Amino acid sequence: MVDATSTAPGAALLDVRDLGIAFRTGAGMVQVTRDVTFAIQPGEVVGLVGESGCGKTVTGLALMGLLPKATSRIAGEVLLEGENLIGMSARRLQQRRGAKISMIFQEPMSALDPVFTIGEQIAETLRAHRHVSAREARERGIEALARVGIPEPALRYDAYPHQLSGGMRQRAMIAIAIVCEPRLLIADEPTTALDVTVQAQIVDVLGDLCSRLGMAMLFITHDLGLVAQTCSRLVTMYAGEVIEEGCIDDVLVRPRHPYTSGLLRSLPALAERKSKLPAIPGRVPMRGEMPEGCRFRPRCGFARPPCEAPQPLDRLTSAGQVRCCRHDELELMGVLS
Amino acid sequence: MSVISEGVVRRKRRRSRFVAWLAGDKRAAVSLVFLLALASLSVLANVVAPYSPLEQSMDILAPPSAAHLLGTDDLGRDVFSRLVHGGPMSLYASFLAVSVGVLIGLPFGVLAGYLGGWIDTAVSRVIDTILSCPSIVLAIAVTGALGIGLTNSMIAVGIVFSPGLARLIRVQTMIVKGELYVDAARTFGLSTPRLVFRHILPNAIQPVIVQVTLLLATALLAEASLSFLGLGVQPPHPSWGQMLARAYAYMEIAPEQMYAPGFAILFTALAFNALGESLRSLLDPTRRRSD
Repeated sequence: MVDATSTAPGAALLDVRDLGIAFRTGAGMVQVTRDVTFAIQPGEVVGLVGESGCGKTVTGLALMGLLPKATSRIAGEVLLEGENLIGMSARRLQQRRGAKISMIFQEPMSALDPVFTIGEQIAETLRAHRHVSAREARERGIEALARVGIPEPALRYDAYPHQLSGGMRQRAMIAIAIVCEPRLLIADEPTTALDVTVQAQIVDVLGDLCSRLGMAMLFITHDLGLVAQTCSRLVTMYAGEVIEEGCIDDVLVRPRHPYTSGLLRSLPALAERKSKLPAIPGRVPMRGEMPEGCRFRPRCGFARPPCEAPQPLDRLTSAGQVRCCRHDELELMGVLS
Repeated sequence: MSVISEGVVRRKRRRSRFVAWLAGDKRAAVSLVFLLALASLSVLANVVAPYSPLEQSMDILAPPSAAHLLGTDDLGRDVFSRLVHGGPMSLYASFLAVSVGVLIGLPFGVLAGYLGGWIDTAVSRVIDTILSCPSIVLAIAVTGALGIGLTNSMIAVGIVFSPGLARLIRVQTMIVKGELYVDAARTFGLSTPRLVFRHILPNAIQPVIVQVTLLLATALLAEASLSFLGLGVQPPHPSWGQMLARAYAYMEIAPEQMYAPGFAILFTALAFNALGESLRSLLDPTRRRSD
């Protein structure tokens, strides 16, 4: 059921502004992400990509309010339908989770409670948000299992997680996440732990759910192939910053940031055949040794002296944004033309 | 981890699973039968015992005979009757001590493990302090403060048990709290109390269940020790520990007096331990699950 009391047309479903996350460690506060800014429109599928350790998962957890309060400090705003989730009381946040915003995780093996059946876990989520009878909860739970493509949902409803295969567990996870029909689903590398054929099925299920329920999705992944296949917009993160955001078709044809261009061209499926696969030299800088100015500068083939100044996130005319002072002059290679 | 083929996934009924477990684990079956027999004997003590446990006669320290199955003690009381009447006392004592231990230990342990921070530090230091006292001395001291008697001495034993249980559940809670399914449940909008009771406690409780069965055996021995020292069951009422203490005084004249209460304590403690051991292997999450 799509909420009719949603935002005015044109307003973003999720608006993340200058999200900065810092963790308290033994050596003091460590800034993990800064100036993370992007928006998700209702029903839109947005890909969030970047190398391991660039802050994708942490951003996802911060959106859900799942970072431990004692050891983390969060700056900026996360507006879900106009309400700021950062600093919201635990009780109100709890009412939003599962009902308006939900999340699925990388490892379906450990994301389901081993001592309860799939059905009990679906019903529990449903009854936390909706006043339904036990019988109705069961019916809707079985319906949710059917919706994510689980065969014989009525039987699987009473199965324990260890009785299901990895792909089935991820489907069950998705069923729990969508049973209250949230407006936004955060999928944190939902297919990483699964083999390729199951991966494709799960991605299909997610895409199908989004179009059928009018649900928006933030698809966190490092697999650009999956993004190209499912998402309408792409957000690229590098070293804790959003460096580029744009419509997927624009980005594939003409990326604006050298890092995005490098990522795209290093994809075997999308790169030119019979040529040496291009790679981005170097690695993501360690926390302590972040370069001044543009963080990608040490690895960037286009670096010039102006890159040593801090880079703002510039709005593009094509409804995107990029964090590179040379984006106007560079003609970067994409993978499509 | 087994992936069950289509159509076989069905929740088996609890009863049939229980029977299957007992059939596959003789040790657990024997322990359980022994404990159930002991429990029914205790309930039916008045019917089963041929004499009153307090009735004295001139026939003192008699060896086992047809009239007195296990002989008589130094006051001419029937040992079998006293053993049967001592059973409920000993079982009551064990369960009381363990219940007190769980009731005190569990909430503190879960609280410390879940909340962490300074609460955890404070609770842990208190636990360490209590654990640093020798347990039997502590039990004697607490009994002294509460007043002598079986109930008070077993509450004292329960208080002695509580820090160990609290520490166990604390660590378990800390482990389970970090599991992905707890975070996942949180993303689905469950409240903190529901998280603790529905997801953390059921996953953390398994070693506590095992520990409880082991503590039942320890409590039985503690009851015997305290009654032996005169702090538990008061004469003339029978308990196994107290019978053992009396028999000990006449060890050189009638050594067979010690066998009845001694073996009763031994077998009951063994049965509790064996049951605990079987439960441990049954509940072990690393064990291959085939059900």
